[in-house]
Order: sequence, then C-alpha cells, then structure tokens
Amino acid sequence: MSGTEQNGKATLSGAEILIRALTDQGVEVIFGYPGGAVLPIYDALFAQNNIRHILVRQEGGAVHAAEGYARSTGKPGVVLVTSGPGATNAVTGLTDAMMDSIPIVCLTGQVASHLIGNDAFQEADTIGITRPCTKHNYLVQDADEMGRIVHEAFYVATHGRPGPVVIDLPKDICVNQGHYEKPDLENLKHKTYRPPIEGKTEAIAAAVEMMAGAKRPIFYTGGGLINSGPEACARLQELVRLTGYPITSTLMGLGAYPASDDRFLGMLGMHGTYEANNAMHDCDVMICLGARFDDRITGRLDAFSPHSKKIHVDIDPSSINKNISIDLAVIGDVGKVLEQMLARWKDGAYQPDQAALNDWWTTIQKWRSRHCLAFTQGADIIKPQHAIQRLYELTKDRDTYITTEVGQHQMWAAQFYKFEEPNRWMTSGGLGTMGYGLPAAVGAQIAHPDSLVVDISGEASFMMNVQELSTAMQYKLPLKIFILNNRWMGMVRQWQQLLHGSRFSETYSEALPDFVKLADCFGATGMVIERPDELDASIQKMLDTDGLVIADVRVAQEENCFPMVPSGAAHNEMILGDGENADRPKVSGEGMALV
Amino acid sequence: MSEKSEIAPKHTIAVLVDNEPGVLARVVGLFSGRGYNIESLTVAKVDAGEDRSRINIVTSGNEMIIDQIRAQLERLIPVFRVVDLTESGPSVERELALVKVVAKGENRIEALRVADIFRARAVDSTLGSFVFEVTGDSGKVNAFIDLMQPLGLAEVSRTGVVAIARGADAM
Repeated sequence: MSGTEQNGKATLSGAEILIRALTDQGVEVIFGYPGGAVLPIYDALFAQNNIRHILVRQEGGAVHAAEGYARSTGKPGVVLVTSGPGATNAVTGLTDAMMDSIPIVCLTGQVASHLIGNDAFQEADTIGITRPCTKHNYLVQDADEMGRIVHEAFYVATHGRPGPVVIDLPKDICVNQGHYEKPDLENLKHKTYRPPIEGKTEAIAAAVEMMAGAKRPIFYTGGGLINSGPEACARLQELVRLTGYPITSTLMGLGAYPASDDRFLGMLGMHGTYEANNAMHDCDVMICLGARFDDRITGRLDAFSPHSKKIHVDIDPSSINKNISIDLAVIGDVGKVLEQMLARWKDGAYQPDQAALNDWWTTIQKWRSRHCLAFTQGADIIKPQHAIQRLYELTKDRDTYITTEVGQHQMWAAQFYKFEEPNRWMTSGGLGTMGYGLPAAVGAQIAHPDSLVVDISGEASFMMNVQELSTAMQYKLPLKIFILNNRWMGMVRQWQQLLHGSRFSETYSEALPDFVKLADCFGATGMVIERPDELDASIQKMLDTDGLVIADVRVAQEENCFPMVPSGAAHNEMILGDGENADRPKVSGEGMALV
Repeated sequence: MSEKSEIAPKHTIAVLVDNEPGVLARVVGLFSGRGYNIESLTVAKVDAGEDRSRINIVTSGNEMIIDQIRAQLERLIPVFRVVDLTESGPSVERELALVKVVAKGENRIEALRVADIFRARAVDSTLGSFVFEVTGDSGKVNAFIDLMQPLGLAEVSRTGVVAIARGADAM
C-alpha cells in the first residue's frame, strides 16, 4: 500500500486504513455496490486480495445478503454502499437487521466534508436517516479516527444484543492521509458500552428454584439462542433433557432445539401449533430464553398465559416488561445464563415434579392428537404444505440452508420444514421484509459454497428483489429457488378473506412472468411443477441440476395458513384449518385495527 | 405500552452521556420514536475535559413506561449512566426563568413587590418594562409567572429543570 512518511510514522489514506482495519477484523467478504462517493474505497479494495467483494444489483440486496451471511455463519456481515440513494436503499435491510438483532457493519459513502449540508449531488443525511434503524452510527471526520471507529463499530455490532452499525465515510476522509495501528482486539473495552454477560447469582438461583417447583412448565425460546451461538443451543438441549420439560420456539429461534425431538412442540404464536399455544396459555411456569414477547407471539396481551409465573432471560434489559409483566428477570447472555442454570440445577440436585410433569405431558399429548397441521393432499393440485413437506424429506439428509421471503410460504416453511441445528434457517421475522429470501440465500451460499441453499419463496415476494438473480449468476451460485406460486399475495389475501369480507383488493398477482423463461434469460434453469404425482421427481431433478434453478411450483391458490390466532385473540382462541369457524373468525373491532 | 393512566406521575431523569456529535439527537429521537413525553430538557457539558454532558429530562408515565424509558436510554451506546432522580431518593430541582413584564403605574409597582417576595431580580428595566430573573423549583417559577399574568406578562424564557441528588453520593 502506498504511504508517505510524516513525523516518522507511515501514513495511509483513509480508504486504505479502512481496508486494513476490516482485514484485521477478519472480514473475508463485503457485499456492495460502487458509486461516486465510495470510489476511493473501491480503489483500495482493488489493490488487495484479502477481502472478496460481492457485487449485488441493488443496495437493499447487499444488506439482506450480509444478513444471510451473518445468520448462517454467526459472523458479522459487511456492506459497502455509496452515498445518497445507495444509503437510502440500504435502510430497509438495516431496519430488518435491527428488528432481528443481526450483526451488520454497513459502510456508506458520503459527500466530501465541506459539502455536507449543502444538498450536494447524491447527498443524504445518512446519519440522521439511519439513527433510529441502527444500533449505532458513526460519521468519520478524520482519517486518523478511521481505525478506531471501524473496530468500535464491530465491537458494538457483535456485543450485547447484536445489531446493524453504520459508518458514514465522507469522500475526502477516505482520500486524506492518516495513521493506523492495529489495536489489541481481544481486550478492546468500549468507553460506555458494557453489556452484561453473566446473570446475577441470586437471579439464577431464584430462576432454578421456580423452574424446579413447576407443575406445568414450558421453555419458550427465541433468536437470542441462535445469536448466542451453537454452545448456547447445546446447553439448552442439555437443560431440556435434564428437566424433561416441553419446549416451543419463536420463528427466529427455529433450529436452536432439534425439531425432531419429542419434547419440541413446534413453533408458537400467530401460526404456531395448537399444542404450543395451548401449553403457553395453560402453563404455570414459563421460561423465556432469548425471546421478546413480540405481538405475533403473545396475541391479546391481557389474555396471554394468565396463570403463569414468567422467567425472562435476555441480554437487553429493555426487553424486560416491555409488553408483558415478568416475575423474574435474568439479564445476561443466554448461553452463559444457561450454563449457570445448569450448574445450579446440578449442584442443588434439583428434580422435576415427575407426577405433575406426567399429567402435563398427558394434556399436551391430547392437544397434539388434534393434529393441527393436518391437510389433505388430493390427486390434482399440489398443496403448499405438501410441497414443503416433500422438500424437507428430500433435503433433510443434506447439508442444507433454508431462506424464505415473507408471507404464507414463510409460515408453512416454519411449520413443515424441521430444523435440527442453529444457523440453518434465515427468515425476516420482526420486520417481515418481502424480498429478503433471494439475497439472503446469496449471502448464505457465498458463506457455504458447497452446501445446498434453498430459497423457499412466494411468487410475489420473489419479484421484489428478482434482480439479485444476476448476482447469483455472476458468482455461479447454485441456489435452488422454490417458488410456491399461488398467484396471490397469499397472506394478505388470507386476511382479506377472513377479516375483510373476501374483498380481494389488489392482491392478485397479475402479469406474472414465465418463470422458466425468466430463469432462461439469466442463464439459469427453470421448471414448472404442477402435478402432485410429479412433485418428488421434480424436486429431485431440481436438486440434481447443476447451477441455479427456479422451480415454479403451482400450488392450491386459495389455501389458507392455519392454525391462526387472529389479531386481538388469545392463544386458546385459535382457528384451526378444519374447524367450522375457519372462514368466519370472531374478530373484535379492536382486533381489526391491529396489524 | 400506550395505555394512558389518568395521572401519569412526573419523573426527572438524569443521563450522563459521552459528548459525541449527535448524542442529543439520539436521546430526543428515542423519545419521539417511541412516543414518550418530554416536559422539559436541559443539556450541557459538565466536566473540564468536555467529554461528558449531562441531560436532564422531565417526563411522565406509569411505572412500566418509566422503566422502559430508563432501559431504552441505557441501551444507547454513548450513555454512561441513567438515574431516575424521582425514584432514587431526595433530590434538588431548579429552574431559571427570565420573565418580561410590560406595565405602568400601580401594576409596575405591584410587579416589583411580587418579585421581591419571590426573590426575583430585575435584570433589565425600562420605564415601561422589567425583565425578572427567578430561580426555584418549577412550581415556584409557575407561581411567579401566574402572578405576573394580570400585571402585564409579555414574554417568558425558561431553562427547563436541572436536578441533582441530595447527599454525598455522586452520579
């Protein structure tokens, strides 16, 4: 790298310092899109071989790809976009990462310092715009500060509750000369930000005491376990084995506990299973691990699990008592807290109340025998649930990563695809961003080039970031895009049917492209799957085909996603698919106003 | 979250922050973004090195909301400490107001008498007006302004509340 001598120390350009600091952070991949304000950075990237740049087709795709990379590896994802529209296009992805607590460092170009505030070409107030949708953001004002800020940004993105961090980089700062020295990254201490790791001993003791005294316990687990890492998930499995208590998971937490295990009740919440939601409603001790009582989980707040004592383990104190009153809060990293809980349980030789637990399991088995996810697959039309079930059966023994878009197909994937390990499942939970799945699959496949990456998609969501097909083709990514094509924005259509008198306002997928020709024009392989009897062979063909495949699976158009807890209803007021009230749920006026 | 109790008690919250650019915008944005109320806000550097500022916020809400406000403030990266002075024990609160009164004759004399009672100082005077400086807790400042209303109150400028805990313990 070029450098001049100043005061006896070598200087580098701001852009060179940036690349060095990223390299020192162990960054291997950046997802980005060039532009005027980031030209010095692209120049510095050009001059090195440590970091690989993946060129997306729109900046929104870059952030989702970085999210897919981060969620499938546990490492932070890095994004590089230009000023103005580059930064504003990234806002949706940043908000998505904020809601789902995904560690992202997003580098945004900015006009030169002296132009800031002058409405310069491609200027946007990136710091102002991204303040509420990032965990933190920085404007670099001096090349000498570049190194410190980059390392601090990674620290903030990955410590405590993870999240996106923006570094706004004025063009002149990237050109100016400055100094850089690699800091002691192991012992970095932030001036103000010191998230707690260990749970307080008294809180752990009280939590274990409460757990052991439970008669109808349940573990309610979330994405915090995935963020904490595979060790946290292993400890969770040990604790569930040790206690024999039932466990359910949020959408974000799927894979933290093996779905095939008998103690796993499936996902809970709005489209959760009958057994999971009823167990949540009737439990006497709820042990919430790394989840946040989101409104898609709780249903009507005043009817949420009314008879239970609630233990809440979370690294973010602001999650405690935000929506639901908690009886016992344990602040700390869920993996560390689980280790402490396990130690305490063993030291105290605690035993679950086996008689009560047996009764509880008997009740749960009764709920289970309701087979709430049952559907009837006829001979003529493929049911979307069946398509996912067959996809699962044909891919479960492979090294598979699944991403989804948002809507009915996402919920069916969560219900029917069984995840045995963490980091295998990438979906937009909190923000519900349509168009997430394809770029996220790009990120996951870049991180795992030899694995199978499937984007379970809907035809409407797929169209939202369809340009990223070009990215996937450029890097020869063998993605399998499994479109459940029902010609409707299915989840919105479902709500219109159930809640708005079947007035299907603007939800029909009109003028869809021919997905086979679409694949063809990008140089990929397309196929249509129409008949139930050809489904298995076609899925197998999709998996066996080299390179990117788009499978256009024509599924039942008016299938609804059940069970469903309608807005403003309680967990035990679920609509089941085969029930009489499936077409006319009781929804209060208040419920109608909820999202 | 959004349920409004009839009487939402006031809380004075002190926030010690790293004096980085935009830190005030983070705090204010948090309040507006999450729908919390700001009744008054003061901010100034408070150490010789000029790298720490103290923000005093008077807000209102039920216990759950106040706990959320505190936790959300603590979550901001450049925040050193957050103390709810209303909860944490006795504290002193002061506010300063500059009050312009335009009056002649008897009203002018009465304004001076009231100012004397409130230990307000006249910091500017013309033949037809005064500017009074009054210091005290918000209640006293309010009372003073109320009394000036019929006497020719023309303009008010208030600092907002600054507050500090009583006793030897420092934040």
